[in-house]
Amino acid sequence: MKVLVAVKRVIDYNVKIRVKADNTGVETANVKMSMNPFDEIAVEEAIRMKEKGAATEVIAFSAGPAQCQETIRTALAMGADRGVLVQTDAELQPLAVAKLLKAVVDKEQPGLVIVGKQAIDDDSNQTGQMLAALLGWSVGTFANKLNVADGSVEVKREVDGGLENIKIKMPAVITTDLRLNEPRYASLPNIMKAKKKPIETLAPDALGVDVAPRLKTLKVEEPPKRKAGIKVKTVAELVEKLRNEAGVI
Amino acid sequence: MSLAEQALPSGRPPSPFYTEEHEAFRSTVRRFVEREIMPHVDQWDEAEEFPRELFRKASAAGLMQLGFPEAYGGVPTDPFFGIVKAEEMARHGSGGLNASLNSHTIGSPPIAALGPEWMKRKVLPEVLAGEKISALAITEPSGGSDVANLRTTARREGDHYVVNGSKMFITSGMRADYYTVAVRTGGPGAGGVSLLLIERDREGFARSKLKKMGWWASDTAQLFFDNVRVPVENLIGEENRGFIGIMLNFNSERLGMSAGACGYAKVCLDEAIAYARERHTFGKPLIANQVVRHRLVDMAMRINAVKSTLELLAYRVGQGEKPVAEICMLKNLATSTMEFCANEAMQIFGGAGYLRGAKVERIYRETKVMSIGGGSTEIMKDLAARQMGL
Ligand SMILES: Cc1cc2nc3c(=O)[nH]c(=O)nc-3n(C[C@H](O)[C@H](O)[C@H](O)COP(=O)(O)OP(=O)(O)OC[C@H]3O[C@@H](n4cnc5c(N)ncnc54)[C@H](O)[C@@H]3O)c2cc1C
Ligand SMILES: Cc1cc2nc3c(=O)[nH]c(=O)nc-3n(C[C@H](O)[C@H](O)[C@H](O)COP(=O)(O)OP(=O)(O)OC[C@H]3O[C@@H](n4cnc5c(N)ncnc54)[C@H](O)[C@@H]3O)c2cc1C
Repeated sequence: MKVLVAVKRVIDYNVKIRVKADNTGVETANVKMSMNPFDEIAVEEAIRMKEKGAATEVIAFSAGPAQCQETIRTALAMGADRGVLVQTDAELQPLAVAKLLKAVVDKEQPGLVIVGKQAIDDDSNQTGQMLAALLGWSVGTFANKLNVADGSVEVKREVDGGLENIKIKMPAVITTDLRLNEPRYASLPNIMKAKKKPIETLAPDALGVDVAPRLKTLKVEEPPKRKAGIKVKTVAELVEKLRNEAGVI
Repeated sequence: MSLAEQALPSGRPPSPFYTEEHEAFRSTVRRFVEREIMPHVDQWDEAEEFPRELFRKASAAGLMQLGFPEAYGGVPTDPFFGIVKAEEMARHGSGGLNASLNSHTIGSPPIAALGPEWMKRKVLPEVLAGEKISALAITEPSGGSDVANLRTTARREGDHYVVNGSKMFITSGMRADYYTVAVRTGGPGAGGVSLLLIERDREGFARSKLKKMGWWASDTAQLFFDNVRVPVENLIGEENRGFIGIMLNFNSERLGMSAGACGYAKVCLDEAIAYARERHTFGKPLIANQVVRHRLVDMAMRINAVKSTLELLAYRVGQGEKPVAEICMLKNLATSTMEFCANEAMQIFGGAGYLRGAKVERIYRETKVMSIGGGSTEIMKDLAARQMGL
């Protein structure tokens, strides 16, 4: 069984995000970029499946500018076998990525697609679900634990208030939650080996996908600065402030 | 901002020396330090020991294998991987941990370069896997600067050498499994020196731990050899030709120490900037005082000079050159920069820097070992002067 994992190139989680002066988005020039942490978890899970013999090949997919190659290389250095880059400088929204993923799924015929539940830049939490809908496949979102057995996957899901166990038929789409695993380091020998692993580059046109954005961003602004706290003297005063100033009760 | 943070759109820093692989390795080392070392390092330093398990974990991430041949479990790399590793490993601020975890980078290169095949096959894979610890024993109680006059003797008796003498200040000295020991097999001077591999369980070989000013996390020891019988096959390289092996080793040790010193200096600068922004006196942050900002700029200026020199020399070494004089001068430049930056950072921290637990306090205590160990400042100047024909 092949496993396809999606890896998105995002601003590194350590970087302090700055809004562009013209309010059209966030500053990405001269900023350190890394693999979306949820996608690292997806890669780790796929590699573990391969190590256990449940998967035969792990393919890392990314869509975006040429530099996404570096993100794919990270996946290869962790242990993925090869990469597919759909190269475009266009703005990519979740639906476009889901369509690109579907085109690659049609080509590669994986038994499982594992993606992060969301990316830490736009926090959409949509791509996996949209992909499953486009493919007509089962989907297990927010995976906390996976077990692949006889053509189906047992998924322990993180839901509000606890965990839920479901069993879904394969082929299927899985989205990862934080506690699914702890991703490994890309070890030095594997970093060196990753140089030689193949990355296929495709164009959205060649896959017959129109990636034109469907959503329009009106304005991006800094969140309001947090104000200094105050000390209240009595419980009554606290309740009064929560009700009349904060408006939370 | 570190170079890595001033990344180009590709995420790569603006330097001709670093590739995607170097940056990928940087991420790996940074994570390793954050996950495996940072949470425990203060405790380990106070306990004067870190778990042996860390050697294995470091190997799993590929931190132990740099520059060793692939056939024996290594990963051949250019010197910039070493610089990346030193910079990132400096971030936890425990020089002792780094010295001990990396004692094989001085103990094992002579084996890889000059050792017989059986030794390479047996020792290197175990050491590079983090299963066994390798140490280098050159310095003696009677002196470390004058290596050519070392006094530990190895007298040939049939197919064995009989070793007598003592070694001083040996990093990883308590825990090591394999010791690369400089001994006198011939007449006086450099021409009578050989290198011998001595295993820890040989009869008559004893160790005792040394209490130190810094590098607490490292188990620095004095070694004692009392009629220790070592098979002749344990000779590393040819008999009486050990001195050249020692000298070659020093080049890479000094480059590595320079990279480390540069890294610790940078930690001092980063810590001092963060503290100066946060600490308020006389109603404003420390950094609002020109005198404080000037200190910070002086630190950055010196660090930049070290880094530039280091990278140019690493490039030349990567091209196969042996710029001995320049490496000596680099070591002095780097270690004096570390001393300068540790001193300035301590001053900016005020009383808080005097308390244990601050990284700058530890680094301050660990400056001297850098300008004394691996060839002292004076010895570096002497060697450079000779190389320059002065
Ligand atoms: C924490 C620590 C770890 C170490 N780890 C190791 C290790 O793993 N393996 C190992 O073999 N060694 C190790 N060393 C030893 C280190 O290499 C020596 O300390 C160093 O070479 C200096 O030798 P020494 O201490 O005997 O000083 P000495 O040689 O006695 O020198 C004392 C001082 O006199 C100066 N001096 C000496 N001769 C001259 C001269 N001709 N002209 C001008 N000045 C001179 C020196 O520069 C120095 O300042 C370690 C040392 C320390 C402190
Ligand atoms: C071991 C020890 C024992 C001590 N014992 C006592 C004691 O018994 N009783 C007691 O009362 N105190 C004691 N102290 C405290 C000591 O007096 C203070 O540490 C000292 O006054 C500096 O204050 P600080 O540590 O708060 O540093 P800060 O005031 O925060 O200063 C930090 C650094 O910034 C510099 N700085 C501050 N303001 C400016 C400025 N405007 N312009 C330029 N530079 C500036 C300082 O010179 C210093 O280098 C002790 C300290 C230590 C370390």
